[in-house]
Formats: sequence, C-alpha cells, structure tokens
Amino acid sequence: MMEELGWAAIFSRLALQFWPVWLALLAVFALSLHYRRRTGLYGRLFDSPLGMVGFGLVMFWVFTALFADLVLTFDPLGQIAQMKNKVPGTITPDGGVYLLGGDNLGRDVFSRMVMGARRVLAIAPAATVFAFMVGVTLGLPAGYRGGRLDAGLSFIANLVLAFPVILLFYLLVTPEIRTTGLPVALAAVLFLFPVVFFTMLWNSRFFTHPAKRNLYVGVTLVLGLWAWSGLAFNADPLGVWSMEPNMLNVFVSVVFVNAPTVFRIVRGLVMDIKTRDYVAAAQTRGEGPWYIMLWEILPNARGPLIVDFCLRIGYTTILLGTLGFFGLGVSPESPDWGSTINDGRRLLTIAPHPAIVPALALLSLVLGLNLLADALREESLKD
Amino acid sequence: MLNFLLRRILTMVATALVLTFVVFWLTNLPPNLEKLAKSEGNARMTDAEVTSWLDRNGHAQPLLKRYGEWLGVAPGWTDERDGVTSGRCIARGTLPEDNPAFCGVLQGYWGQSTVFKAPVSEIIATRLGLTGILMFWVMVLMVPSALLIGILAGMREGSRLDRVLSTASITTTATPEYVSGVILIVVFSSSMVGLKWFKGTATSAMDGITFENFFLPVLTIALYGMGYIARMTRASMSEVMTAQYIRTARLKGASFGRVVVRHALRNALIAPFTVIMLQFPWLLNGVVIVETLFNFKGFGWTLVQAAGNNDIQLLLGCSVVAVVVVLVTQAMSDVGYVLLNPRIRVS
Repeated sequence: MMEELGWAAIFSRLALQFWPVWLALLAVFALSLHYRRRTGLYGRLFDSPLGMVGFGLVMFWVFTALFADLVLTFDPLGQIAQMKNKVPGTITPDGGVYLLGGDNLGRDVFSRMVMGARRVLAIAPAATVFAFMVGVTLGLPAGYRGGRLDAGLSFIANLVLAFPVILLFYLLVTPEIRTTGLPVALAAVLFLFPVVFFTMLWNSRFFTHPAKRNLYVGVTLVLGLWAWSGLAFNADPLGVWSMEPNMLNVFVSVVFVNAPTVFRIVRGLVMDIKTRDYVAAAQTRGEGPWYIMLWEILPNARGPLIVDFCLRIGYTTILLGTLGFFGLGVSPESPDWGSTINDGRRLLTIAPHPAIVPALALLSLVLGLNLLADALREESLKD
Repeated sequence: MLNFLLRRILTMVATALVLTFVVFWLTNLPPNLEKLAKSEGNARMTDAEVTSWLDRNGHAQPLLKRYGEWLGVAPGWTDERDGVTSGRCIARGTLPEDNPAFCGVLQGYWGQSTVFKAPVSEIIATRLGLTGILMFWVMVLMVPSALLIGILAGMREGSRLDRVLSTASITTTATPEYVSGVILIVVFSSSMVGLKWFKGTATSAMDGITFENFFLPVLTIALYGMGYIARMTRASMSEVMTAQYIRTARLKGASFGRVVVRHALRNALIAPFTVIMLQFPWLLNGVVIVETLFNFKGFGWTLVQAAGNNDIQLLLGCSVVAVVVVLVTQAMSDVGYVLLNPRIRVS
C-alpha cells in the first residue's frame, strides 16, 4: 500500500509549485494597475472585474508555459510502472509525489498538463497571427475594391467555410499526405502572406523616401524570406528556422481553417469603413489604394479585430484539442491537452483524473480568452 | 426574388461540385490508393503489382475522369482481360449489356464500403437515422433553453440576471464537447464522484433510448451551441428593447411582460433564427466528437471509422452528406432571413 496525501496537502503543494507564475502575475498586475490610466484600452481592462479575471487566467497559462521547466515536478514523458492510474497525491517509490496522480502509463499527470500548456501556447497564438495575416492581406482589397476580385475571393472563402472542420482535418492531417507534399505547398502559400503584408505596409508608406523604404522593405524581405524558406521548406541554410513535419501539418491546417473567417470579418469592416470621410479625404489627396487600406482603414478597424483575435486564439486552442482528441498529427507521447484527454477517456469511469486535469486546463484558458475578449469589446464600445 | 433564388442555387451547386471534387482528390491521393490496393489485394504486394491492381480497377485513369465516373456523368470504366469484361458498373458474373453505362452518386450508386462490407448508401442511411434522433433531442433541448436565456438576459441589459446569464453563456461557449463530455461523465457516471445518475456510454441507446443512456450526449452537444445562440439572442433582444416602438408601448401603459412577449419577441427572434440554422455545421463537429466519446454508432462515428481506415467510398459518401447539410442550412438561413425581415428586399 502506497502512501497518499490529502486534498489540502495536494492543493498547498500545487500552489507552491506555481511560485514563478504567481511572482510574474503579481508583477504584471501591480504594474498594470499602477499605470492603468496611461495605457489606454489595455489599462481600462482593469476597470472591469470580469476582464481582470480573464486577463489573469490567460496570463497564468502564458507564464506557466514560459516557466514550465521550473513548475513541473517530473519528466512529462518519464514512466514509473508502479504509478499507473494512481490517485492524486500518491507518493512515488523514490519519495516524490504525483500531485495529480499518474496516467495509464504511469506518467505524472501534473507535469504533462504543465508541458501541454507550452505546446498549446506555442502553436495557438502563432497560428492565429498567420491566419490574421492571410485574412487581412486578402480581406482588405476584397472589401475595398469589390467587384470580381471580391466575388472570387469570397467564393473561395465560403468553400473552405462550408467544409466540416473535422472532415478537413481528417483529410489534411494524415501521415500519408506528407508524402504528397501538399502541406508544404500550402505552407509555402500561407507563410508568404506575412512577407507580402509587411512589404506592402512599408512600401505604401515610405515610397516617397526611397532610402527609408529600401531599408525597411529590404529588412522585411531578408528576414521574411529567410524564415519562410526555413519554416515552409525546412531549407534554412543556417538552421535557425525549422518546424518538424508533424507540427507543420497541424499548423498549416489550423491556419487554413481560420483564415476565411478572418477574411470575412475584415472584408465586412472595410466595406463599412471605406465610406467614411477620412477615406474620401485620402483619396482626394491622391494616396494609393494600399496606403488607404493599410494606413487609413486598418488602424480604424483594430477594435473588432483585437476582440476577434482573442476569441480566435481560444477557438484555435479548441481546434488543436480536437486534433489531439482524434489523435491527428501528434506523436503518441505528446503531452498536449487534446491527446491527454483522448488517452484518459478510455478509463474515465475508473480513473478520471488523467482526462479531467487537461480538460479543466483547456477550459480555463479558453474561458479566460473569451472573458478577455468580452471585456475588451465592452470597454472599446464605451468611447 | 426568383433571380435571387436562382443565383443562390447555382452558387450552391458550384460549391458542392468543387467541394466534392476536393474531397475526391484528397481521398484518392496516390498513397491512399496504394493502401487501398494493399488492403483489398495482398499486404505484401510489390510496387509493380500495386500499379497493375490500380490499373485493373480503374484507378489509373485521369483524376477528372474518375471523378466524373464517381459522380455519374462519365461512363464507368470497363476492362477486358482474358475474354471477361469487368468494369465499374458491371456486377460480378453478369454480362456488360445487362448493366447501365453510368453509375455514380447521381444514379444512386454510392459504392461499397471496405470496412463494413456493405453498400455505402445503406450504411449512411441507417447511421444518419441514428444521428437524426440525437440531433432532434439536441434541438429540443438547446433551442428553447438558449432562447429563454437570451431573452431573460437581454430584457434588462446590465442587470444582475443579465450578468449571471451572460457569464454562464460565455462559459459554455468556452467548453468544447470533448471537455464538457469528460466533465459530465466524471460527475454523473464515475465511481469517483459516485452520483451515477446516467450512463457514460450511449451504445445501448441504439436499441432503445432512455433518459439514462441518452441525456449526457444530448446535453454535451447542446451546451456548446447553447451559449452562442443565447448570446446572439441577448444582443438582438437588448437592441430591440431600446427601439422607439418599445418605449411607445411602455408609455401607453402596457405592462413590461406584455411588451416583451407581444412587441419585442418577434423582432428579437429574427437574428437567432439565422444563427440556429448556421449552427448545423457546428453541430456536425459536435456530433462527431460526442459519438466518438460516448460510443454511439451514428453518422459521426461512421465518418471517423471511414477516415481512420482509409475507406474511400464511405468517406466520400459521408462528405457528400456533410457538405449538403452545410449548404442547405446556409441557404435556408439566407432565405429565412429575407422572408422574416421586412426591411430586406431582394431585387
């Protein structure tokens, strides 16, 4: 018979284990509350209690992901045979404690959950940023010019949106598809959009100052194409940028699913904003279309876009969980939350803790993001 | 209106064609076909044997031709070898003259499932029936409760009731089915909590539905959609409640309850109608997850089996159904919105 800790001891130990996270949270909150009158929309977030709760939850997971190596207690992949399906608080043969129990292979549920946060937060925000780059770069001209371009792009966007997400994942995220090179081709197209976006951004603004323009565009192109060659083709000569094929497959599919929705939102916003007087003024001044789109319309569309960005990170987290839940595109050992829920669900009625811990973790992160988005929306509507 | 409908239908057909073509292409990629050849023929086939097997079974033709055959607009392939003519449309042991030249989805021939060893149309019909029952109960639970929550919250914006209900709806939208399902199973059917009110699987529901074996899956799907519909209803309700005619009604002396039920409700329910229709594609996702989680062998479970086992014909059949469901509900929501909202005219 192995020794077990009581729930009170488990919770106090858990709280202690998160010490770097608490310190970081304390620092962020103290600074933000102190300077909240000077930080605009971000500062006003701290006027709404629900907004603070949401922000706190999100930052908790961000710091957990950052300090994962300090927080975890065991190797997330290490197995201890005697610890299979043990309840939370069981003491291991060599004196450590499985704070939240062991899973069906005798791995520490707590450490896997902490490491899972790092995996989720490494992919979800980055994938959302790429989806926004694609959606913005295509949505701006579609909304601003309209006509055939709009009709064509909208048709394609609606095509992707009419695809049931899970079916798309089953078709795109399989080991076989990698041999056909389709994910690489998709990545090559999707990853090019940030480069295009920033090139247009600098060029449209500074084309009257060739020296400045050449510097900005040059730096963008060098950095962007360098990263692009590494991420999409794994052909970075210096080996700094790379992505393992599994990860690339997951990443590309998630961007692909999210981009059309962003496109539709941006297009709708642009169609509304382009009738404003300042757009007409810019047109009268003789500004080029890309300048108007990127420097007049886009900054004025930022409110709804920031709100949607928060919501979309949450949605991407859910999508990643779905992929893990169906065992798509992840290695069997992976500690990400979706696959740990999937591993744990078979023994749910006997040993629920391996599944319920990542489930609650995912729930709290997405809830935090949704609360944050809701508070941002309310605060931005106030002025 | 007629013009609008016609254009709508044309776009729908074009979308359906492109989508099924993409699915056809993705399921018929060379590695998938190679796997099919090895599972249908012999696992230890050499590359040359695989090529000849694919050639014999009509998989070596150009992609567009194969898609046309599958759809039923191109004549099925035939292959004459050793004096015996075989072909896509020729049943084994019959003469070519006795069989039709075209056999595809349009003719009602959906192919044969390699996993379940039965015609795809038969499998999909039975599985879809089971999922239909699940969806029916989800709708019965989700729509009235979501509308009620939304109306109660939107009636007096900013009130305590509104805050509580809105936070609750945010929470349910933040809980995907695989999380809420796990939590519900642990709370209501595990030995750890010990409530054991419901069953953790819905396998027995395929023979007979009881409250005990069916409530948890239905609740799991309904919860995720409920929050979203409730929030939309709330937004539309609170907008209507600030309208001039509501104030007029209040000033005329109508009671608050009467104003809500008689004046506000009808206009407030236009937006949620579209949202409920657009929820169908989401419900499809929910169905796949919940049927896998609760082991209820309906349409979603079949889709997972087909995709996981490289069952090309069945997966294509499932995609056709899924795509049609999505497109039809989208069209219904568009047309319904136009019909319900007197401010929108199509000309």
